[in-house]
Amino acid sequence: MYIAVTIVILLAIVMGLVRAFRGPTLYDRVMAANMIGTLTVLMVSVLGFMTGRPEFLDIALVYVLISFVSTIAVLRVSIRSKSATEAGKE
Amino acid sequence: MMAPVLDVLSWVCLLGGAFFLLVGAIGILRFPDFYTRLHAVSVCDTMGAGLVLIGLMLQGGLSLVTVKLLLMFYFMLFTGPTAVHALAEAALQGKLKPVVDEHEP
Amino acid sequence: MEYFIDVVLLGLLMITGFAIVRMKSLLAVAMLTSIYSLLSASLFMVLDAVDVALTEAAIGAGISTILMLATIALTGDEEQAPRHKPLLPLIVVFTTGAALIYGTLDMPHYGDPAAPVHRHVAPTYLQDTPEKIGVPNVVTSVLASYRGYDTLGEVTVIFTAGAGVLALLGYRSRRRNIQGREIKRLVVLRVIAKLFFPLILLFALYVLFHGDYGPGGGFQAGVIFATGFILYALAFGLGNAQRLIPHQLLRIMAAVGVLIYAAVGIESMLLGGKFLEYRVLADDPVTGQHLGIMLIELGIGITVAAVVLIILFCYVSRRD
Repeated sequence: MYIAVTIVILLAIVMGLVRAFRGPTLYDRVMAANMIGTLTVLMVSVLGFMTGRPEFLDIALVYVLISFVSTIAVLRVSIRSKSATEAGKE
Repeated sequence: MMAPVLDVLSWVCLLGGAFFLLVGAIGILRFPDFYTRLHAVSVCDTMGAGLVLIGLMLQGGLSLVTVKLLLMFYFMLFTGPTAVHALAEAALQGKLKPVVDEHEP
Repeated sequence: MEYFIDVVLLGLLMITGFAIVRMKSLLAVAMLTSIYSLLSASLFMVLDAVDVALTEAAIGAGISTILMLATIALTGDEEQAPRHKPLLPLIVVFTTGAALIYGTLDMPHYGDPAAPVHRHVAPTYLQDTPEKIGVPNVVTSVLASYRGYDTLGEVTVIFTAGAGVLALLGYRSRRRNIQGREIKRLVVLRVIAKLFFPLILLFALYVLFHGDYGPGGGFQAGVIFATGFILYALAFGLGNAQRLIPHQLLRIMAAVGVLIYAAVGIESMLLGGKFLEYRVLADDPVTGQHLGIMLIELGIGITVAAVVLIILFCYVSRRD
């Protein structure tokens, strides 16, 4: 039944991607990217258990930290950038 | 004796977590405004992630794998809400206004 | 089942690629590139290439995105309209691509088990690693021991990149820090950064020394180490981060890493072996290999961390 969880997570990733393409403001896209990051971490962990290779958890751990720092970096840059004051259009 | 109980419990957690993740994803598609979408993602994502990780921990038993999963759970518990907070702050500073219903009874 | 996941991930990659080309706001493109790297890392993982997946996740989704963001912060984040018609470049690209593909038709098929690399080279590595080198992770043994000279070249290239950025951009130290109101706004981030900074550094050390037994190694560890400092700089301001790890120290660290690597090679020569022949480093050949691999991974990690931080500090300190 790991397969069911994997399929659900893939579905959620697709929905997040739709929001990442559509989202009118920059912040929608950042939020979608963050969500896809969390979902991928979970998918990697479940896949690791499914194929019986717990080394995958190292990748998941690295990615949790990296995605956090990446999201914060985007936000700090967007605060300083001048076009962010137009509510990050498009 | 404990093994089937743990197994069933872990499946329940895994499927529950998957359900919450799906709900969060549907929310991110259908809610009308950025701030409402943010709320849906942050709450459902953290809950779903927590449940999935707990389910995997129950499958792993007492081993290094469970320690790593515990670390991941701890990281996600702290970094998830912080990232969302930073997003909301940045959006507010970028003058993104929430959609407010003006006609209240 | 794996086939299905492969197809889905590849499809998502294609869609993300199209979206990257079509979007106009470069900040969104940076985020989408990060998603692209993440999907690639998942794909590598499904293909059972764990080390590559870890490297792609750490570098592609983390450092590349942050570098791109630092550049966008300097140059501005709207894509400018192209000033020429792309017909001629398109023709050139297609012709070159067709010529290259025609050139590869002579080689053995991809993944062909009868190819020389699969008949002679790969089985030798797989068979000899447990007895001669004794590390479970064959990728590390190939990278650090069988192809150690290659990796020395890679580390030197990274060092050269850092030196090049320093020469081109120069370094300015920032005295001004984050001012009053913004400090109050950043309170949550500061607490979390203080909490996670030592954890990230510790995790980098774990990845470095666990590279023999699982995915990991010098490159990934250096990148994760640098990410910890980036988090600190994001939360506390560049001035504080530069005070934490002064520029002189970074330059020295970058050079020391390469020196450690080369010193291991010269030490093996002094002890009677050839350059970078680890087995003469200790009485027991396998212990010698372990020692050699550990030392060079340390050198790689130090150089990579220092160079990434140098490049980022040079970029960011150019703003105002």
